[in-house]
Parts: sequence; C-alpha cells; structure tokens
Amino acid sequence: MTDNLNGPNDVRTDYSARSTSTPPIQRRKVGSDFPFFTIFLVLSFSYLLLIISLLVADAAFTSLQDIGRAFESKEIRYSFMLSMGSCTLSSAISLLIAIPIGYLMSRFNFTGKNLIDGILDIPIVLPPLVIGLSLLILFQTGFGRSLDKTFSLIVDKIGLNSLLQMIGVKPIRGITYELPSVILAQFSVACAFAVRTMRVTFDQISERFESVALTLGCRRDQAFRYVVLPEAIPGIITAGTLAWARSLGEFGPILVFSGATRMKTEVLPTTVFLELSIGDVEAAVAVSMIMVVAAFLVLGLTRVFGLRTNTI
Amino acid sequence: MIEVVNLTIQQGDFSITNVGFTVPEGTYGVLMGSTGSGKTSILEAICGLRPIVSGRILLTSVDVSHAKSADRNIGYVPQEGVLFQKMTVRQHLAFALKIRKWDNHQIQQRIDELAELLGIGHLLHRRPKRLSGGERQRVALGRALSFKPDVLLLDEPLCSLDDEVRHQMCNLLKYVQQDQGTTSLHVTHNTSEAVRLADYLFRLVEGKVVEFSPLTESHEGEETSFNRLEKE
Repeated sequence: MTDNLNGPNDVRTDYSARSTSTPPIQRRKVGSDFPFFTIFLVLSFSYLLLIISLLVADAAFTSLQDIGRAFESKEIRYSFMLSMGSCTLSSAISLLIAIPIGYLMSRFNFTGKNLIDGILDIPIVLPPLVIGLSLLILFQTGFGRSLDKTFSLIVDKIGLNSLLQMIGVKPIRGITYELPSVILAQFSVACAFAVRTMRVTFDQISERFESVALTLGCRRDQAFRYVVLPEAIPGIITAGTLAWARSLGEFGPILVFSGATRMKTEVLPTTVFLELSIGDVEAAVAVSMIMVVAAFLVLGLTRVFGLRTNTI
Repeated sequence: MIEVVNLTIQQGDFSITNVGFTVPEGTYGVLMGSTGSGKTSILEAICGLRPIVSGRILLTSVDVSHAKSADRNIGYVPQEGVLFQKMTVRQHLAFALKIRKWDNHQIQQRIDELAELLGIGHLLHRRPKRLSGGERQRVALGRALSFKPDVLLLDEPLCSLDDEVRHQMCNLLKYVQQDQGTTSLHVTHNTSEAVRLADYLFRLVEGKVVEFSPLTESHEGEETSFNRLEKE
C-alpha cells in the first residue's frame, strides 16, 4: 500500500509496477544530419559553380573595348537590331497564341485533350535543326507555297516594304530565307514554352473568380478580360520573357529555314557562328556577352515581375 | 422567391435526385447539411454555375433552369469571399454596375450606400490582401448586393471566421436582409449560424431536403425545430 499513496488511479504507481515486469526501453540516438546536407550542398554547388565559371570565363576573355569594337561592325549592329526586333515580335505573337491555348487547356476537359497536350510539347522535345528542316519542307509544299504567296500579297498591299526600306532593311519577298522566316522559326519553338507557362498560370488562378464574375453579370469574355487576365499578368510577363529568351538563343531552325545571309537574316547566334567560322574568337565572345547581358536582363525582369514559382 | 422543384444534379459518381424546397419572397432560408452532402452543388445549380440533369429552378417565379448565370440577377457570396486580388474594395462594389453600364454618378451613390450599410467606408481604397476575414466577407456581400439582385445566395460565408466576427456577421446578414428585403438562401453546416439567421430552415439528409419551417421562437420546455436540430 505504501507505493500507492494517491489512490488506485494514480498513474505513477502503474508505471513503476510495469517497469519491474518489462525490460527497460532502450533510448535510440538519431544520427547526425551532417552527411545528408554535405552531399546535397556539394552536388548543388558543383552545378552552380559550373554556370558561374562559364560566365566568368566569357567575361575574362572579352572586354568592354571588344564589345565596343564588335558594335563598330555594321553587320553585327544589324544582327543585334534584328535579334531584338524579331525576338520582341515572336514573343508577342507567342503570347497572342499561348494565352488562349493555355486558358482553354487549363479550364476545359474534352476528348483528345491528352493528344493535343502532347502535340503542343513537340517543339520542346524536337531537335531544333529538325524544326528548321520541317519548316523548310512545309514551305515547299503546295500549302506552304500558297501561304508564301498570300503573305507576299499582304506585304505589298499594306506597303510594308516601303516602310522597311525607310529604316534601311531590304524588302521582303515571301517567307523562306527572308526576314519573316526568322520570326516564324523563333516563334515555332518559343510559343511552346509560352503555352506551358500560360497553362500553369491559368491552373493557378481559381476558376471561382470567373464563377463569381459570371454571377455578377459578365459574359465569358468579360470575366476573362476583367478578372482572369489581370490576375494572370505575372504569368504573362514570365511567358513573354521566356519566349523572348528562347527566341534570342534560337540558332538551328534559323540557320536551316532562314539561312545565314549577312545584313538580311543574320541574328546574334548566327553572328557568333559566322565569327567563329572565320576564326574571330574575340568578336564571337563579345557577341556572346551581349546575349548573356540580354538574358540576365530578361531573367531579372521575370524574377521581379513574373511568377514566383517555376513553370517549366 | 426561390423555388427548387424536383432538381437532379449529377457530377461524376455524385448525384442529388429530386430535391425541392421553396424560400418565400423576402425571407431568409438556410440550407444545412454535412460536408459532401451536396448543399453547395444545389446552390451552384441555382447560381447557374452547375448544369442540372432535370427539374426546375424558379427565381421570382421566372424559370431560370437553363439560363446563364449573368441572366439570373442573383447575388452570390462564395466561401471565403473570392475577392479579385487586383481590385480595390471600391472597384469590387462598382464592378457589376460598370458591367451593367450604370453612369458614374449612380455608381458612386450606390458605393456610398453600400459602404454605409456594411461599414466598409474606410476600406474603399484597400485591396483584398490588406483585409481581415470579416472585412473580406463584408466586401463580398457588398459586391453581391451592389446591383440589387432579386435573390442573395451565400455559400458558407462565415465558415472561416472566428466566433466573435461570425456573431457580428450574423447580425449584419440579418440586418442587411431585412433592410434590403432580398430573398436569401444561405448554405451552412453550422447549427448556431442557422438558428440565428433562418426564417426557413432546410436540411439535406441522404439526398433529400427536410424542411423545418416556419421557425417559431422556442418557449421553455417546448420541442421546436431548432431544439431538435441543436440536439442532433
């Protein structure tokens, strides 16, 4: 009785009684987390180091004078301007197409959706050269030729060539091996990335916003324009900048579909290729640095104004 | 008046068949049911956000069973408000009015009325991110009432609020309903909320709507609908 001073319900008494009949519990010691973090950090930093090393090597190889000298060349100035212009145009067209596709794919379920989803990913997984070759073949078919013809007619009708001549650009005669082919080649790949980003963007915007807007008297287009689109702005910025960056780096499809004609279809990656092929490594690296700076600006813009989560 | 007649809704494996109830003109109806019982589906069907298989939905005696949401003239307060993140409170109150092309003077007048009614005058320039749970629901209520809808439909509007704010919001909902005279249907699983607000109380049990109405005040020792409900 002396070991149960607090009555029959005293739990302390029960525990002490149990401890005499069962073996004592072995205290388990959890090992250190140090190896886990060490391995993960070493692996992570090794890749980070590779990226930084690449940039440092480029920067060490070139100088502001080299970049300035590169800009003295009117061919490089042209390719820079063409790259900036074509990337802006192709990313704008990509957005124009990616917003409706992303919205429809995000909001509606229909037969064959998985198939369409797969088709939309083809430009991402296909080798770039194959895309260029496919574009070239497409514009040799009857359909492609009629497209080419129609485009030329439209260009003549709206007087685009006289406008281009005013800014010192050669007139356009069709699509293949002409300026529009550069934009089309860039768009073909960049749009796929923009579509993916826009789909994720719309997935992240609750359908309930549209539901509420519909009950407030909106038509579908009004709900989209006034409620969904403002919510999607960070995603649109991300999709646009991503498409722009992809377009800037596009080389294979442009080389095949547009050629590498100086002062005509030469973009910055083509310049790097042409300068390397004639052995002018300094100019090639200087042009590369221009693209690195442009890519950094785009990345910065996305980080500040775009989606907080990764979409690709 | 809200009339739901032999309504059948099907979504995947889930279905509700032949449910019906009526909320008379100018009264406050509460539809109760456990989570997953289908009460939100019924409310969404009345809103026009969910297709129906059969049956009829009549609002102010007009058959709106297959009408678009926008044509039903309903005020909808969803769970947790669902405020538009990029809009200020003022823009929320003006949104439905701009869609209906009210002139600026009328819009301003209506915003002032709603701000006073709901006590949100000091919040007009804020965006949803800077509002508390109770404030969000007030704004959602104001947005739903802005265009003077025929009926007000509320989907668990107080579920994420603490007890004190819930109590305040219950008083506000009752006051607003009496002030505006809007026929209302409020979906909830909270018994005390239902007891406080309902003129007519419906309960969704195993796919059937059971009506406890009209509700009378509980006298000492008397078994009323409310008493029975609270015991359950």
